[in-house]
Formats: sequence, C-alpha cells, structure tokens
Amino acid sequence: MTPSVWTVYRWELTKLRYQKRTYLGLGAAALVPIIFVLAIHFRPDRRGGDFAFSDYLTRSGLAVPLVILLFGAVWMFPLITALVAGDIIASEDHNGTLKTVLTRSLERWQIFCGKALTAATYGIAAIIVSGTIAVLAGSIQSGFNSLQSLSGTIVSAPRALELVYASLLVYLIPILTIAAIGLLLSSITRNSAAAVVGTLMISLLFQLIGVLPGTGSIRPYLLSTQFNAWQGFLRTPTDWAPIIRAAWVCALYGIPALFAAYVVFLRRDVAGG
Amino acid sequence: MTESAPLEVRGLVKRYGSLTAVAGVDVTVRAGDVYGYLGPNGAGKTTSLRMMLGLIRPTAGTVRLFGRDPQETVRALEGVAGFVEAPTFYPYLTGRRNLELLASFDGHGASERIDHALDAVELSHRAGDRVGGYSHGMRQRLGIAAALLREPKLLLLDEPTTGLDPGGMRDMRVLIKRLAAQGITIVLSSHLLAEVEEVCNRVAIVQRGKIVYEGEIADLKRAAGMSYQLTTTDDERALAVCRAQPGLSDVRLEKGRLMFTADDEAVAELSQALVEAGALIKALAPQSATLEDLFFSLTEGADGAEPPVAEPAEAMEGAR
Repeated sequence: MTPSVWTVYRWELTKLRYQKRTYLGLGAAALVPIIFVLAIHFRPDRRGGDFAFSDYLTRSGLAVPLVILLFGAVWMFPLITALVAGDIIASEDHNGTLKTVLTRSLERWQIFCGKALTAATYGIAAIIVSGTIAVLAGSIQSGFNSLQSLSGTIVSAPRALELVYASLLVYLIPILTIAAIGLLLSSITRNSAAAVVGTLMISLLFQLIGVLPGTGSIRPYLLSTQFNAWQGFLRTPTDWAPIIRAAWVCALYGIPALFAAYVVFLRRDVAGG
Repeated sequence: MTESAPLEVRGLVKRYGSLTAVAGVDVTVRAGDVYGYLGPNGAGKTTSLRMMLGLIRPTAGTVRLFGRDPQETVRALEGVAGFVEAPTFYPYLTGRRNLELLASFDGHGASERIDHALDAVELSHRAGDRVGGYSHGMRQRLGIAAALLREPKLLLLDEPTTGLDPGGMRDMRVLIKRLAAQGITIVLSSHLLAEVEEVCNRVAIVQRGKIVYEGEIADLKRAAGMSYQLTTTDDERALAVCRAQPGLSDVRLEKGRLMFTADDEAVAELSQALVEAGALIKALAPQSATLEDLFFSLTEGADGAEPPVAEPAEAMEGAR
C-alpha cells in the first residue's frame, strides 16, 4: 500500500495510545466534570453561584457541560489541547525520531498533515469526552431536565441536549486555533515543554488583555472572546453573530499559524536527537 | 544510458552563521563500494550525511542519490536507507511495532520484510519488547533492520559501532560485510580507522569539513610509499649514505634504527651503496603503512603540521 497522510494519522493516533500524556489530558477532561458534579452533590446548601446557568446546576444536568465550558476556557481546555499540539513535533525532533521518519517514503507535507490532524483530533476528543461525561454525570446528579436559556425561555431537555453539542462544536473553533498555535510553537521551538507552556501562555495572555480596562473595542476580536461564542446557541432566537465572528476571527489567528508551522516544518533542518 | 552513481556529492557546503561545518565536499560512491567516510570527531561527517539524506539543506553544492536530489523529493531516497548518529525509535513501542510503523511509512510491501529484517540482525527473540528496554547495541541492530525494510541499494551508516562493546562491534562489522557481500553499496562514517580499514575498499578522509583524500585505501597506501627499517654495522655512516642516495625520502634515525621511505628499485641500489661504504646490512625490514599512519599524516597535514608520510595533494595525485 502506498503511504499517505492517512498512514501518518493512523500511526500518530497509535502512538498517542501508548503515551501517558494522552491519558493525563483526557483524564483531566473526564475527571473535571465528575469532580464538579460531586461538588454539587455534597454542597449542603445547593445554591448556585453568580455565573450563567449557575441556578440550573441543581435542576438540570444539562447545565453542567455548559458551566464546564465557561470555566474550562480559561486554561483547562487550552492546556489539554497544547499537551499534544505543542509536543507532537517538538518531542520527535528532540528525541531524534523525526529524522527517522523523514528518511522513509513520505513527503514532509504528508507527515505534517498527519500530525496536524492528530493534534486537532485530540482537542476534539477532549471536548467531546468532557462534554459527554458532564452530560451523563450532571443528568445522574440533577436529572435530564429542561433548561432555561440565556434569554430566559425554557428549552426542553432533548432540545437542550442538541444545543449542548452545538455549543461544544462552536467551542471547538477556538480550540482548533489553539492547536494551530501549539503546532507552530512545536515546530519553531523544537522543545516540547516550551511549546506546551508557550501555547498556554498565549491563551492566558489573550484572557488577560480581555480584562484590562480600555480594551473594550478590541475585545470582540481577541481569541479569548471566541471561547464564549457558543453562548449564541443558548439565546432565543439563536444569536449567530458571535458564532460567525468566532469563525472568521479564529481563522485570522489559526490559518496563518498553521501555514507558518507548515512552512517551518517543510524547510527546517532536522538535526535533533 | 549509463546508470547514475549511488552517491555523488559536489561542492557541498554547510554553514551555521560564521561556522563552516562542511567546506566544499566532493564524493563519488560507486555501485558495490564499501565506502569509509573517515574523520575525527567534529570533522563534518554527520553534517554531510544529514545533507546526503535530505535532513538538512546545504548552503551550497549538490547531492545526488542515484541521480536524484533528496532536497527536491523524498522519492530520491528510494533504494536508500540508513541512519545518522544513533538510530532512534519510539521507546514506548516494541521493536516490532516500531518496524511496523516504519514499514507503513515505506509502503511497497515493506511490512512483509519485517520478520526477515529482524532475523538478519538477530533480534527476533526481543522483537516483542519495548525499545526503551533495549541496549545500545540492540538499538543499533534495530536501526539496521529498519534500513533493510527498504531493500536498500545504498546504505548510509553513521558510526554504527559507536558505543558498542567489543563483541557488539565485531558483530556489527560482520553484519556490514555480509550486507556488502549481498551487493549493497555502503557508506560508513567512522572515526575508527581499524574499522574502516577492515570493511571498506574506498575511503574519503575528511578534516575540518574538507576532503583531504578520496580514493582506494590500497592506492593511498601505495601513494604513501613503502617505508623501511634498517640496522647496519655502522648506522652513522649508513645514515649519510641514505641521505645521499637518490629515491629515498623521509630518512631519519630513531632509537638506533634507520627509517626511510623508498621504492623497490631504490632499495636495491641502496644495498649496493651500503656495501661499498662499508656499512653492512644486519636487518632491512619493510614497514607497511597502516591506514592510521596515513590518516594522521593527512589530517595533521591539513592542520598545517608537517606530514610524516606524504602531502595530501601528493597522496591524492597518487591515488588518482
């Protein structure tokens, strides 16, 4: 069989299966909703906090994944995504396995595409795993009940479930942008730790800029703001404006980062290991 | 149509800022050669091999593998395999799994050759173990197995015996000889002179990024001339005779023994001259120069020191 991007992608996924880091990230994505639900269960007063859907946490399990998205945006999901995206090229360069695979019969672009797809897959998997476990654990704790939208209307449980998964999909847009930035740093730094931490730092920097006074005019165009675009689905009628903005703003950040990572990977000297 | 040489390198240069790692290398490896790429540590051997395999871009010059440029397309590596520095694998995968991965990346039925490759390097019994638990020697052998998956016509090996114990070094040399006997052209980078002398028929000697000799080892030795050790009844008089005798060079008296370099004819004439001068020969023994002698002669010459055997230019002329 002729090797292809699919060959690289399949083996990258296989390699992930054998690495502890994979389970560290996915384990965190799975554990956080469970811990969150346990915290709700053992809270004696069971009163909500001062954030979106907080009042509904004890009334509908479907509020749990949405609250997780709200808080996960700050560092958890970017970190989980960066764990693989920041490492996937840098660690191979550092360990010398990159030169091993580059002397086989695959072009560099095929190897890059396989790695990029894997980094994206991992980010997607983390969000889907976290969201699904949050739905299940939340429903066990608070029931599979209707949910009040951000506009105040009551949404039936099946419809709310659809909206939860639609929100997860929108949330993936900035997550994939983070993955692209991680790939770029992974390609440039050739150092796994620097790339992972650097990616997280960039994400946190956007968050920081977003809360600084006087940044209101640029706030809609910050990467950090796009992590809240999913809330457009939780309004009645659906507010598409933040979702559409998230798509093009993230494209403005993500596509140049991905392209730069691609060019660096194609042109670089591989001498590590 | 003439078939392209397995490896042709012309004017290869690699600079890192102000540092020149490779300074204009020309190498031609012919089909069937076991070619030693010899030089001290830091001479630019590994950098050259990286460029030959397309891992790094030359600052100037060209590399052709069977006439194809590895910088243009990975297809240039068809029929070519090898490793640079120590072969590296995924430590969390087994030896067999690593080979499966690399075979998938090779395609063209490479997966079907895994068992044969493991047998060839005698690793079948440990193929199910994680590479993280392999010794250095086992990793080196797995590196050869990974190369064999590609059914190479040209094998580039960078210091394959480095870090091995004497037994491992012997086994590796035996393996290399066996592969060469199968018709695989081999380029062997090494700083171990005895290793190159044992397994290679041709050699390039590289010093500070430059080739100071390229050609047959036998030609190199021939170009260096035969050296002799002479003991006579009167060494002082014999020394004077030797210095006056045409065809002799590098004449010196060391620890009571006369040393000189000469061809057969000059030695015959010297014998007669010594008898006429009254310095009778007690012993006259030819001293064949080892590759080690020649290597130090050439590399010290390249450093600017006086070469004891032959000037690099002379040696190269002699070889050509």
